[in-house]
Amino acid sequence: MMTSIGTMRPARGATSRRGFLKASALAGGGLLLHAMLPSVARAAAATAGNEAASLNAYVRIASDGLVTIVAKNPEIGQGVKTMLPMLIAEELDADWNKVRIEQAGLDAEKFGQQFAGGSMATPLNWEPLRRVGAAGRQMLVAAAADTWGVEAADCRTAAGMVYHDKSGRSAGYGELAARAATLTAPALESVTLKDPRDFKIVGRAMRSVDNPAVVTGKPLFGIDVTVPGMLYAVFQKCPVFGGKLLHANTEAVKALPGVRDAFEVRGGTAANGLVDGVAIVADSWWTASKAREKLEVAWDESPGATQSSDSYAARAAELAKQAPARTLRSDGDAASMFASAARVVEAAYSYPFLPHMTLEPQNCTAVIRDGKAELWAPTQNPGPGAKIVAKTLGIAESDVTVHMTRCGGGFGRRLLSDFMAEAAYIAKTVNAPVKLLWSRQDDMQHDFYRPAGFHFFKGGLDAGGKLVAFADHFVTFAHGDELAPSAGMDASEFPAGLVEHLAYGQSTMPLTVPTGPLRAPRSNALGFAFQGFIDELAHAAGQDPLAFRLALLGNETRILPGAADRKSPLRAFNTSRMRAVLELVAAKSNWGRQTLPKGTGMGIAFYFSHFGYFAEVVQASVAQSGTVNVDKVWIAAEVGSQIINPLNAENQVQGAALDGIGEALGQGITIDAGRVVEANFDTVKPLRMDQAPPVEVHFITTDHPPTGLGEPALPPVIPALCNAIFAATGKRIRKLPIDPAELKWT
Amino acid sequence: MTSYTVAVNGTSRTVDVDEHTPLLWVLRDVLDLKGSKFGCGAGLCGACTVHLDGEPVRSCMTPIAAVGPGKVVTIEGIGANPVGKRVQAAWLEVDVPQCGYCQAGQIMSATALLAKTPRPSDKDIDDAMSGNVCRCATYIRIRAAIKKAAGMNTADAGALR
Repeated sequence: MMTSIGTMRPARGATSRRGFLKASALAGGGLLLHAMLPSVARAAAATAGNEAASLNAYVRIASDGLVTIVAKNPEIGQGVKTMLPMLIAEELDADWNKVRIEQAGLDAEKFGQQFAGGSMATPLNWEPLRRVGAAGRQMLVAAAADTWGVEAADCRTAAGMVYHDKSGRSAGYGELAARAATLTAPALESVTLKDPRDFKIVGRAMRSVDNPAVVTGKPLFGIDVTVPGMLYAVFQKCPVFGGKLLHANTEAVKALPGVRDAFEVRGGTAANGLVDGVAIVADSWWTASKAREKLEVAWDESPGATQSSDSYAARAAELAKQAPARTLRSDGDAASMFASAARVVEAAYSYPFLPHMTLEPQNCTAVIRDGKAELWAPTQNPGPGAKIVAKTLGIAESDVTVHMTRCGGGFGRRLLSDFMAEAAYIAKTVNAPVKLLWSRQDDMQHDFYRPAGFHFFKGGLDAGGKLVAFADHFVTFAHGDELAPSAGMDASEFPAGLVEHLAYGQSTMPLTVPTGPLRAPRSNALGFAFQGFIDELAHAAGQDPLAFRLALLGNETRILPGAADRKSPLRAFNTSRMRAVLELVAAKSNWGRQTLPKGTGMGIAFYFSHFGYFAEVVQASVAQSGTVNVDKVWIAAEVGSQIINPLNAENQVQGAALDGIGEALGQGITIDAGRVVEANFDTVKPLRMDQAPPVEVHFITTDHPPTGLGEPALPPVIPALCNAIFAATGKRIRKLPIDPAELKWT
Repeated sequence: MTSYTVAVNGTSRTVDVDEHTPLLWVLRDVLDLKGSKFGCGAGLCGACTVHLDGEPVRSCMTPIAAVGPGKVVTIEGIGANPVGKRVQAAWLEVDVPQCGYCQAGQIMSATALLAKTPRPSDKDIDDAMSGNVCRCATYIRIRAAIKKAAGMNTADAGALR
């Protein structure tokens, strides 16, 4: 039983810039803090370029001193379930050993926006969550001061205790919680935050809270969910994207032992929803999966069946001969400068579609009862998922409950909710609880892929080797009239603003393949192309690749605005911040000061994305057979004033770098006759232990606000690796994935 | 349907399943041991790794009929083995997991390695662990945790140094 006692309303109602904190009593003498932060978060969100976000927080302090912090965002391995509560616990001055973290379900009313994406957790939550903790601490101190009849200013806190040193009195937070619950909560913007020098939790290596359950095999993930009376489903979709179902031998499949039902599904046209297919529901997933082998389906594959990776490449080469369909940026007069430049370098770069291949395949468990849907899903984006389910079932969104499970990897795949719509529809049709689980082949062949892309570069150098003109004709993809998701490029892409004469243009090709965000969307591809071509220019100019980059950045601090449609001070590119990480990574890697054996080389690259500044050096060895071995990676990073959890930060950065190396060495999706050719890890190769080099990570801290690092660490490693291969072999990688057959040497 | 009696984590369990049913699905969906994971269904990722008489096997490719009287140990039971217990403790100490989905399989492979090779070289670790995919690529910490469990120097312990 919970009673609301002290409430401080914002002066200007719900639209106030100020959030408010509500304190309530908990049964048994505890304190509940509920912070509603529409405004603080909106300010932070606006800074981050995400207007829709709002942010609420729940903290419970029980009479035994146990502090429970509700983690509202999905955990996909990024460490947010540990990191966000650290922010509250720090300012609360809690004893971290007495902090428990509880995963919330989807509840927009209670929590505002709940999602995992864009490396946004840190920039959105850094200050608001600390304010919640600080307000709680202030109330506990006030409760102690009231109890003891002393001045609050004479009290101090440490590790879950309030002390009054003059009288030698002390009390635990648990003892003070009941009294604190009777006080009026302070205005969040009025509380004093700690001097970072006094941090005791933030900045310390904190182990991930779920690890004890992970290492003992406890059920945590979507695939582990069990509900009473549950059946198991597989869903066969058309291998060709956009294909329609004609008919299937569902009667024959239904007659197989253990199969409960098999039926045709007519869906819509949006890939992020229910599409045409055939559902098989059985007593076990294995039975359903075996029954699928007997399934015979006739599809109408048009109009996607004519598309292929080869046809895209051929069309891109044709388009490159023409002027770009659209100008993205035009500075000065690049055409004239190319005509008068001492040296002009041209090169075509391309990269493939990439899958997410979360190790836990897409799955969802659904119970549809009395017009209401209850779902358990490993999702990065439960809100839109609930909307899609409501639309698929024709029920109100308020009748959809989503339980967010831990996700066995996300990488952006689980921002889409197609699997939730499928599970809900199948469960409704068979009128029983259903767990839908995709096979690896389903997962590989029905993804929202990182779009492929083609860049046709031109660079002009003057007689002194200075870059005086730069152009890129970017050939990318469109879905109908719209650019395909994650297939765009900003006009601010480096080196824009640093080269006087510069032209960026874009042409598109029609695409039926669904695309979407993959860890460091756009940047994971653009970094490879741009930083590879910059390296070519450095060599053409006869300059060291580091020196050439430093010269491009210049010695003066320049703040180059980000994309016009995503205004935010944090999105602006600060040349000095990049220069600092570039110089640090060069120093740490002993750049240019080593003599390496034949077949071994070092490459350097940098990239700015998700507000983070990353410069990376790779040392790679290429065997005479062409096999590439990555020997070592050095990373210098700057993501603001504070690394919140250094233990997880290092893990994330190392993982991102290795993920990028895996993409470069072994990953690419081939489209043939409108469908995906690859089906499993034998043809799209995740990085493995024997390929994983040591990764040295160095952080620079500055006065800038802290930002995320799960994504921006990835983009530079790919060009750094390709540039290292050039240093080792003299062969330039202009197409991903890297093909060892082209790297043989004697 | 056939009746099979299997020894799982020291307990004898009888299940009625089709003879081709992989051990993984017997463990997960019949015996409700959810720790062993499904990743690829083709022996390519190692997420389903369990021990059969101490040897690491891919349970997604092991039909129930092939298990016979062998002793099956899963992540739920590996803590009863002193080496397994040390490996789990090292995984916590080094803070290995990110998403955690592959880690049951990693721990099973690492335990099998250390049971045979108490002080593994980097090459031994590569050979024993390269069948286990970690999509979050926590390989650096997996290597460090294996060395820690072996009581070796862990130069790669990173932020914990």
